[in-house]
Amino acid sequence: MRIKNHPILEDLKNRKKVYITVNGRKVEAYEGEPIAAAMYAAGIRVHRITPKYNEPRGIFCNRGRCTDCIMKVDGKPNVRTCTALVKNGMKVESIKGMGDWSE
Amino acid sequence: MSDFVIIGAGPAGISAANESARYGVKVTLIDENNLPGGQLFTQTHKFFGSREHRAGVRGFQIGYDLIEEIKKLNVDVLLNTIVYGISADMEVKYITEGNSAKSIIAGNILISTGALEKPVVFKGWTKPGVMGAGAAQTMMNVHRVLPGRKVLMIGSGNVGLIVAYQLKQAGADVVGIIEAMPGIGGYKVHASKVRRIGIPILTSYTIKEAKGSTQVSSAVIVGVDKNLREIPGTEDEVKCDLICIAAGLKPFDELCWLLNLKFKYIGELGGFVPVHNDNLETSMENIYVAGDVAGVEEASTAMEEGRLAGVTVAQKLGYISDSQAGKLKGKIKNRLKYLRLGSFGRKRAEGKKKLTYK
Amino acid sequence: MRNKIKGKISNDSDAGIITLDEFKKIPGYPEDDDFSRGPIAVIECDQDIPCNPCEEICKYGAIKVGKPITNLPVLNAEKCRGCLKCITICPGLCIFVVYRDYTDKTSLIYIPYEFSPLPEKNTCVDVLNRRGEKICKGFIRKVIKLAGCNKTFVIGMEIPKRFYNTARHFKF
Repeated sequence: MRIKNHPILEDLKNRKKVYITVNGRKVEAYEGEPIAAAMYAAGIRVHRITPKYNEPRGIFCNRGRCTDCIMKVDGKPNVRTCTALVKNGMKVESIKGMGDWSE
Repeated sequence: MSDFVIIGAGPAGISAANESARYGVKVTLIDENNLPGGQLFTQTHKFFGSREHRAGVRGFQIGYDLIEEIKKLNVDVLLNTIVYGISADMEVKYITEGNSAKSIIAGNILISTGALEKPVVFKGWTKPGVMGAGAAQTMMNVHRVLPGRKVLMIGSGNVGLIVAYQLKQAGADVVGIIEAMPGIGGYKVHASKVRRIGIPILTSYTIKEAKGSTQVSSAVIVGVDKNLREIPGTEDEVKCDLICIAAGLKPFDELCWLLNLKFKYIGELGGFVPVHNDNLETSMENIYVAGDVAGVEEASTAMEEGRLAGVTVAQKLGYISDSQAGKLKGKIKNRLKYLRLGSFGRKRAEGKKKLTYK
Repeated sequence: MRNKIKGKISNDSDAGIITLDEFKKIPGYPEDDDFSRGPIAVIECDQDIPCNPCEEICKYGAIKVGKPITNLPVLNAEKCRGCLKCITICPGLCIFVVYRDYTDKTSLIYIPYEFSPLPEKNTCVDVLNRRGEKICKGFIRKVIKLAGCNKTFVIGMEIPKRFYNTARHFKF
């Protein structure tokens, strides 16, 4: 859910709306924000599944340190979605485990 | 080659850059994020202190002011740049925004990389919907996305209390703040404002489990005795979709470990802290630390320590005279002393004393 | 499973609440006579945190912190005009202005407010005490945006007089 009319912070203005896909689903995003923010705004909190126990994982530190939020972005695996910024047309996919660099 | 490489552009790093560049020092300021300012931009509350500490001004506004100062000076700012190593002969190695590996030889280095949130481990803690309090704060105050609608806050230090209040401001329902110790850790005034808006605080409680299939849907809390052991039969399950962990910060000092600097464990300052003298120089010559990495305190102390490191380097490089430096350092150290007064500040002051390396 | 926590909620001192008796011991906390003179500041601050913007902002010199700035602020009731400025600058949001004798039967309590939406004037609200418990009904009579308040607005709520020492927030 995007916050509007915050009592302290002014609404962010002049942000260009873009679209990314997350596991095939079209998600609205704003230029300048990280992928994870757009996903959270769309209610998507599961970023990946662990390889051994099939556990869902998502953001934890939200600043690029814990790597729990990694996904495959435009074919590149292990991208930290809490810091990587959205680009129009970006393709974001969940990976199981560490992803495959050979692709 | 750079006179002064500063790693980490939070309040300490930016203050160091301003306070050295203004005397002519050639500064390179590096940060892995796409914006400088560190945690200042997550802070929407008004700061304490005195006028010189920007009391009454909101954290993010101080962030904007510091950045304006940098723009006026000739500081080389490298953003989206990760420093992955520093060699013993002062070569700072980094990966640029465009993904190339580069390095720069530094005359002096300031490590001002801040702090990391400490996790609390419990069953289900890896589920989506469990995150650090700072993580939730960034999501709502920087990205303007509500990280959850029903929140359980773990930890009643200032971070837990303030973030709970900010979650309510952002539109979330905070079901409660739980604290394992018998009393709250943060300021009473923060607890007061959280209580009167209807958020309960439960002391001697901890989290037992986060439940939910693909993400958090409820939390089981349990009472603890004075030895922090669970009291059977006191479990309570409450609906929530966000569990924030505010269990303290520790210095983010990986680069210091890589450099083999000397450390000391100081609980009051967050954990292992690189030892430093009262001009913030570490056990290695020409390498300084400032801000939370030098001991977890506050943004105001981070700014003052950054200034102190900046003046020290400017003096060392001959850009200001010894007597001018002496006066400036005296003023800064005096302000630091004031910030470390009182029952909260005293513990930090004692911690800092234990660190001093002659 | 519940929507609200049912565990044992901490008592006031563990959970950081200062009781009224503790406040009355703070030098400068207004006496009964002080309240009869008009709106007066009530500074609910009792920890030695280095902080003094309340002293700086008061142009009547009614608040003294001095040095070191960990001193508790002391109100000089005679100098206080109830101008509301200190409410807006306090980083702890712990200053209120109490107009005990607003009318024969009611008091007007000015509180800091940093939520949206702001209530409309004359809205009927549930009045809360320091623990967030509902104690009575009240009415919003003032919604004040002082110049330079930097988003800490001031709400004046009219309440039955007997609650003037306990009413500190509202819900609507």
